[in-house]
Amino acid sequence: MDLGHGPRKRILELASIASAVVIWEIIARIINIKYILPSFTSVVTAFIGLVQEGELYRDILASLNYFVLGMGLAIAVGIPIGTMMGWFKSIDRAVDPIIEMIRPIPPLAWIPFAILWFGLTKYAAGFVIFIGAVFPILINSYTGFKNTPRVLVESGKVLGCTRNRDIIFRIALPSALPSIATGIRVGMGVGWMCVVAAELFGVSRYGIGWKIWHWNDLHHMDMVLTYMLVLGLIALTIDRLFRYIVQEWWLKWQAGLVV
Amino acid sequence: MLSIKGINKTYHTEDGDEILALTDIDLTMEDKEFVCFIGPSGCGKTTLLRIIAGLETPDSGTIFLNNEPIKKPGPDRGMVFQEYSLFPWRTVQKNITFSLELKKVPKAQREDISRRYLQLVGLSKFANSYPHELSGGMKQRVAIARALVNDPKVLLMDEPFGAVDAQTRNRLQQELLKIWEQERKTVLFITHSVDEAVYLADRVVVFSSRPGRIKETIKIDLPRPRDRTSVDANMYRERLLSSLGAEIENTID
Repeated sequence: MDLGHGPRKRILELASIASAVVIWEIIARIINIKYILPSFTSVVTAFIGLVQEGELYRDILASLNYFVLGMGLAIAVGIPIGTMMGWFKSIDRAVDPIIEMIRPIPPLAWIPFAILWFGLTKYAAGFVIFIGAVFPILINSYTGFKNTPRVLVESGKVLGCTRNRDIIFRIALPSALPSIATGIRVGMGVGWMCVVAAELFGVSRYGIGWKIWHWNDLHHMDMVLTYMLVLGLIALTIDRLFRYIVQEWWLKWQAGLVV
Repeated sequence: MLSIKGINKTYHTEDGDEILALTDIDLTMEDKEFVCFIGPSGCGKTTLLRIIAGLETPDSGTIFLNNEPIKKPGPDRGMVFQEYSLFPWRTVQKNITFSLELKKVPKAQREDISRRYLQLVGLSKFANSYPHELSGGMKQRVAIARALVNDPKVLLMDEPFGAVDAQTRNRLQQELLKIWEQERKTVLFITHSVDEAVYLADRVVVFSSRPGRIKETIKIDLPRPRDRTSVDANMYRERLLSSLGAEIENTID
């Protein structure tokens, strides 16, 4: 990422967004059918209305709730399994075939069983998000551990770090962190995509994904577009926030861009 | 005293071939002696160093450190690797105190010790830097400090200055001798450079390759500090070069 050109680059970015908005508004006015393409101004009006009623806030909270549930479980499951597979060859051999069988199944195909097992609850939605997020986390943790530089492990050994547990926690884990961070970031991307589908089957009356379908049924396309944009904005915010935390705090020891 | 007795080591390649890395290695090193290993690539000198470190086990033979047989890595032997081996997620200071943390040395004491060794290698100002902020020579100096912090009896060095430029290398050699004179460790130093061996060593062990064995041992009888360009140093260099030259021709054939 090149931030070296300061204000000039910023101006270009803003100009680009502004012209996209203007073109959108012009096309929407030419078509002049709200149902086909709502104009920018109508979306802004809808957005302001949703903020004032406090409804948007509750929707975002609901969606984030499922997201945190799914992500939390994906991290709690993905990192340990990835670690064990990356570090112990026998576990890798035993578990890998199972993972490779389950991994290609699209997360949305799990919805029937999610409902069957968890009912129409937030846990069902969380489960679908979990399925989407767990594999990138698992596989990146695995790769991170597997690629621990041999010279670091041996340096540790000659310095007295000889117990398996010490080697894993003091050398392999920190060495794998950049890879794990990448896995979490990719997992969050996939997980957030699953939010729309996870809410589709109606685990609650709130949620960004749920509202997209709700307003679609009512042919309120300005609302649909508003929620779509909110979905994108939140994903962007989460991603930027995570990247900031990783770079400034978690993996500060790494030079340059991390994930 | 470090004594190497009857070490043999064979590697098995994936094709099922056997490579004799070391045959019948016998060698004794006095305490506080500076010994250089020199020899063509693949002569097994690194393997021998790794066996002494406890990172590999020989097929037969034993290595004794003060009459105790060596079986695994231990705090009595410090090692500096050829590749940069600092933990990139730890600051310079925390790299140095790594082994002290494992030994549960209290924090204040750890910091005292690390300050002392940072001073020894001239990097006090870089205590809180991360390895990626250091030059190659500085990284190896930290690695030396990290190896010394355990107060080992033997310091094993596998071409530690191989990756730095010639000028830095000369300076690091001088500094290493200064440290060696202060700390008085037995140093085992692998090098490819005849010049480095003549400048540093009390004794140079020349290895021959395939199978790896000790060809000859040459005592460098020069007063310190040594003059790299003196007539005597040149004489030793020529002697080593001719010994090695025959080896390298053998390897090519």
